[in-house]
Amino acid sequence: MRALYFAWVRERVGLAEEEIVPPADVKTVTDLVAWLKARGENYEAAFANEKTIRAALDRNHVKPDALIATAKEIAFFPPMTGG
Amino acid sequence: MPLTILRVQKEPFDSAVETAPLLAGRSDIGALVSFTGLCRDEGGALSALEIEHYPGMAEEEIGRVVDEAYTRWPLEGVLVIHRCGIIAPGEPIVLVATACRHRTEAFAAAEFLMDYLKTRAPFWKKQHGEVKQKDATSGDWVAAKVQDDAAAEKWRG
Repeated sequence: MRALYFAWVRERVGLAEEEIVPPADVKTVTDLVAWLKARGENYEAAFANEKTIRAALDRNHVKPDALIATAKEIAFFPPMTGG
Repeated sequence: MPLTILRVQKEPFDSAVETAPLLAGRSDIGALVSFTGLCRDEGGALSALEIEHYPGMAEEEIGRVVDEAYTRWPLEGVLVIHRCGIIAPGEPIVLVATACRHRTEAFAAAEFLMDYLKTRAPFWKKQHGEVKQKDATSGDWVAAKVQDDAAAEKWRG
């Protein structure tokens, strides 16, 4: 699946987007965050305070317990500050 | 038929020009409410605002928020323009306009749209200071405000 990062999440990860292939036991958004954090210090820093990070699956806001299932795109970002 | 105009763009806009199509050829609209959000200079401390967005989702999410406004009020037209990229102090950031037979619904819908846009549409603001910064990671991201969540929450049930 494609992972997208925005705002300071993007800056801390050091990437705007990447292709990821999480193992089968990574089922929820929370599982995916844990898996990403184990990949390196940059991910660890980006997701240090998980509660402040929002996620969207295929461009729809989701809660941390949402199932990734067959989603093609997941995005991680801080709370929105537009308007 | 209600007219809906939704756009994310880099360029500044003129609210009078943009809202004119909502009223063109209409004699049944009694109220046009428009809100323009502007970039403050923060007492001279801000040189520019940089707005990042999630292309695709930003437009879709604005569409979902507008659809919800149509289910709540008998609107005859809605316009939402949100800018992205670098914005100078004094320039407009966002324009929301609602057209309706009566003012009460037009005011309420415009406020609802702003409250929901601020908390749901994927846009992020970064403040750049007085000194010109070339480093892409410089500047400070604006933190989300608890008051914005509270403002959006008041429209529930």
